[in-house]
Amino acid sequence: MSQLDSLNPSAIPAQDEALRQEVRIFLTEAMRGVPAHVRARSWMGYDPAFSRELGRRGWLGITFAPAYGGAGRSAFARYVLVEEFLNFGAPVGSHWIADRQSGPLLLKYGTEAQKQRYLPPICRGEAFYCIGMSEPGAGSDLASVRTRALPNESGWLLNGQKIWTTNAHNCHFMIALVRTRGEAGDRQKGLSQVIVDLSLPGVTVRPIVDQSGDSHFCEVFFENVQLGPDALVGDEGGGWDQVTAELAFERSGPERLFSSIALFDEWLAYVRTPQGRTPQAQRLAGKILSQLAPLRAMSVAITEKLTRGESPVVEAALVKDLGTGVEQLIPATIADDLFSRDAANVPAELLNTLNYTTQVAPSYSLRGGTRDILLGMIARGLGLR
Amino acid sequence: MDDLFSDAVKALLTDHCTPAVVRAIEAGQPRAALWQQLEAAGFADALVPESAGGSGLTLADVYPVLELCGSYAVPLPLGETLLARGLLAHAGVSAPKGSVVFGTGQLASDGRLHCAQVRCGTQADWVLVSCGGVCRLLPVACAQMQVAGFCLDAQISWPQAAWDAAQAVPGTHDLVTLQAALYAAQLAGALMAVFSRTLQYANDRQQFGKPIGKFQAIQHQLSVMSEHAFAARMAAQLGLSAAGPVPDRLRVAMAKARTSEAALEVAGLSHAIHGAIGFTREFDLQLYTRRLHAWRQAAGSESYWHDVLGQALLDSPEPLSLDLMRTLTDAVD
Repeated sequence: MSQLDSLNPSAIPAQDEALRQEVRIFLTEAMRGVPAHVRARSWMGYDPAFSRELGRRGWLGITFAPAYGGAGRSAFARYVLVEEFLNFGAPVGSHWIADRQSGPLLLKYGTEAQKQRYLPPICRGEAFYCIGMSEPGAGSDLASVRTRALPNESGWLLNGQKIWTTNAHNCHFMIALVRTRGEAGDRQKGLSQVIVDLSLPGVTVRPIVDQSGDSHFCEVFFENVQLGPDALVGDEGGGWDQVTAELAFERSGPERLFSSIALFDEWLAYVRTPQGRTPQAQRLAGKILSQLAPLRAMSVAITEKLTRGESPVVEAALVKDLGTGVEQLIPATIADDLFSRDAANVPAELLNTLNYTTQVAPSYSLRGGTRDILLGMIARGLGLR
Repeated sequence: MDDLFSDAVKALLTDHCTPAVVRAIEAGQPRAALWQQLEAAGFADALVPESAGGSGLTLADVYPVLELCGSYAVPLPLGETLLARGLLAHAGVSAPKGSVVFGTGQLASDGRLHCAQVRCGTQADWVLVSCGGVCRLLPVACAQMQVAGFCLDAQISWPQAAWDAAQAVPGTHDLVTLQAALYAAQLAGALMAVFSRTLQYANDRQQFGKPIGKFQAIQHQLSVMSEHAFAARMAAQLGLSAAGPVPDRLRVAMAKARTSEAALEVAGLSHAIHGAIGFTREFDLQLYTRRLHAWRQAAGSESYWHDVLGQALLDSPEPLSLDLMRTLTDAVD
């Protein structure tokens, strides 16, 4: 409760806000002519060349220290960049997890050698990462992971399976939560994080096609994968705490508000035309905006906490749950608006964007923690558990 | 400065605006004792410049005070008077003695000026009435009044001669937006009060051998309540974050719409968790949930303000809705 009381309006500092103009000029040109149903994919859109271009411009790993290829900027600088990427529907999926989560994790827990080795390629948009958390028997109950990395004379021998791993088929590395000690019954104890080069022998990645026809989820198999002694990230046995801290980064960002924004803006363009504008659509536009805007302010307030080195886990869960609710409201209510009228003049591109967004919307409230898990985390923050 | 100010307001309300006092004033008992306490502390002069004997605070500074008017269910027009005195001071009109509320008037064929529903009108000394684009101050003393809607609200009318003779307030004033900013802040306060009372109740109330707050279904309802309460609080704060003495109409639209939506959700969930006891007059919950509904209705419900915000969004030439979102949420210097 007291954690939540401190979410007050925060200002994005002028020097970080100044990045917006620069990145917007680039995006306006780069995204010209890209149809809305493609832009709707945004951080589910993969384009390694685009990521390398962002890296060349210094926009990846911008919060990392210059010694590791970053710019040493604040979390606000990254906030401004990613807000623009998402609202333009830029294909940022290739580097997304490395820039958001794996890089900051390595910065916080990695050895100096790991930082020197892994962070500069992230900043150049050359190294893409995925997160190995879920397993077939460990979804919401993450502490029951069974994948094992056992110490041997060459380092760690990895065996097991991960699933629902976003973008694994396009990634170079996975940071995986694995058991390094004990048994499944030990739960949070004995878990560690290891970095896995996905090109190693014994690694098999299989994409899973989702109901929209895309494949961004994967299953990943490890069969006697030999990792070096330096594969351990952070403390042996410290995996659970590290993963918990990592989830604050995963859940707090603007990607939890703007997943349906390409559809909203495409629908607004239609509603702004003489044949598209109706009083009902005007009211709906206001309703969606009045829900999104306070969430944006909350997301900025959480960013402010990140800049102070805090780990606002409960606040992030709260914003993510509310945010995905609005993201799912957008396709549902826009569909109702379009099909409560004579739809003869609705543009095909708008219908295609609606169709894609409707199909992908269920994923919003399961990726990064299901709704029930988030509500449980908030309840814990309220002292109910 | 504003923290000290709101701490003083909180201390006074804790002592003098108890649930018993709220009930008594709602039941028609005299208000003078509470009003004199508030007046003596100078709270209602918060926005009046220091040169004119006030505290010279900004709208953003007084947000915590207006939120407290909600969380303590203050049954007198403290927030209304505070905003009205600020408006009058900036319009160069000296405020009359006593409390001031806001009304929207119409000159009717019966030769009288009618205000259909004046919020907190039964507890006011003056009404700042907007009619035909003109604002004037009318005394309640010479009005006809009957309760309309919420127990403290009133339908008020005056003979046209009273309107003609009333003190004019120079300039054009958007009283509905000003009130909506106030009720959004009061809603945020009442939402927090309802949420924290419900959380406490869930920890105290035992069924099936344990506190009901130990059941996952109840926990998740409380989590949803907290989401709405905190989003509404952020929106209400933004509604009062203006550069000058007048709130920004679009920020207020967002604030009043979001707090009103939250009011309905949170009132419903709080009663669901409380069960029958929460529905009784004796239990304090109703002091706050009745206000959630009253203030949701006051100065435009969520759909009224959705229309305002939607019109601005559709009239905007910017292809990205983000840009209007930024103007609604970015910090004001």
